[in-house]
Amino acid sequence: MAGVYRRIITDGLWSNNVVFAQLLALCPLLAVTGTATNGLGMGLATTFVMMLSGFAVSIFRSIVTAEVRIPVFVLIIATIVTLVDMSMNAWVHDLHKVLGLFIPLIVTNCAILGRAEAFASKKPIALAVLDGLMMGLGFTLALVILGAVREILASATLFSNASLLLGRHFAFLEQQLIADYRGFLLVALPPGGFLALGFLLAAKRVLDTRLARRAERRTAPDAPTMAGAG
Amino acid sequence: MKGVLEPRFRQRIGYQAGLLGGFAAMAAALLMMGNLGTSDSIAQRQQEDLVASLTQVIPTALYDESLLSNNLVITSSEGSATTVYRAVRNGQVTAVAYEVSGAGYAGEIRLLLGVDAGGKTLGVRVISHAETPGLGDKIELAKDDWILDFNGRSLDNPDDAGWHVRKDGGIFDQFSGATITPRAVVAAVHEGLRYFRVHSGEMLARIPDPATNAVTGG
Repeated sequence: MAGVYRRIITDGLWSNNVVFAQLLALCPLLAVTGTATNGLGMGLATTFVMMLSGFAVSIFRSIVTAEVRIPVFVLIIATIVTLVDMSMNAWVHDLHKVLGLFIPLIVTNCAILGRAEAFASKKPIALAVLDGLMMGLGFTLALVILGAVREILASATLFSNASLLLGRHFAFLEQQLIADYRGFLLVALPPGGFLALGFLLAAKRVLDTRLARRAERRTAPDAPTMAGAG
Repeated sequence: MKGVLEPRFRQRIGYQAGLLGGFAAMAAALLMMGNLGTSDSIAQRQQEDLVASLTQVIPTALYDESLLSNNLVITSSEGSATTVYRAVRNGQVTAVAYEVSGAGYAGEIRLLLGVDAGGKTLGVRVISHAETPGLGDKIELAKDDWILDFNGRSLDNPDDAGWHVRKDGGIFDQFSGATITPRAVVAAVHEGLRYFRVHSGEMLARIPDPATNAVTGG
């Protein structure tokens, strides 16, 4: 049983990562990753929605028939996202001003529907919630990495406005790496997002190949673990 | 595997329709509860936002009543309504603030313009825009103090020829690499001041009794 959990965790964070392996959710990814802070905020909101939707879809999995499952899942996800949007607007208003435009976009994040369909609708509640959490954290990881890379290249800052998102205690995260940096506009614009994502994907490939080769050298080749769900 | 084990009734159209309807009803109920629980605080947050931007374009010395308590809605002949927020001190309108907008490089630029009773600009702030980061976004005070150039300007200072960016023969700086954005802002502020000249009678009319005149809607 422990193996199942470990598999879910490694799949979500790395080997079947929403962005780096499944190449899903690219629209919100490229839209918000101007800074690492925005990426973190969007990632946490998405993680929350994925856990709730995993929970709800898994609860109702025995009564929902195959024919109407897609509209039911979409309805569940849209309801959760709208509730999250309203509560953020009411209670974390400053963050909502930064991310407000992108919260409704979580509905269109195909990764959430994808996990509902491929995982939560077939698995018990605990596993579905864990999968939502891990897939969400994997997505957050991708958002923060991409946001950090773009923010450093574009303006030489890191986690600017983090205190707005996490509270004043996290102001130490805000870093100015190079004083009087002239700025690299391309990276801040949408094409820069595509370019940075391309380089990150290539880097993950290289890393995975290296790791696999090292593992091969050490032991006899194992069965491949990549699921490759689309 | 499902097809064989599934009970018969689940394949009936009524079950499917009822299921979908049930979920829709449940979603509607949840959203209604969510709306009831949050709408008050959301409205309050938005009012705070509005007050925060109004206090940036109207100095606190100019009013002794809430900036939101003396709104005036002016409807133009084309039917578009402008909400004018009035600063009132001792029953006298000392300044007004209203939204103006211009067509920027990437969509509408919305600005809040504060004007004193004599037609002089007290301040301009950007409410929202979609200009290029690093180029056009210097119109935000957080990025650059260019927007402060408008303070103290009026329709006679400079004259009509001066109300342009330098490139067009005016007195306002453009940004290197971005002319369309500042051009749009200058034109919008100029237009806003002309709007004040046309409607100043309505805007500055003495407020008889604040209690009966209070308009809260936006």
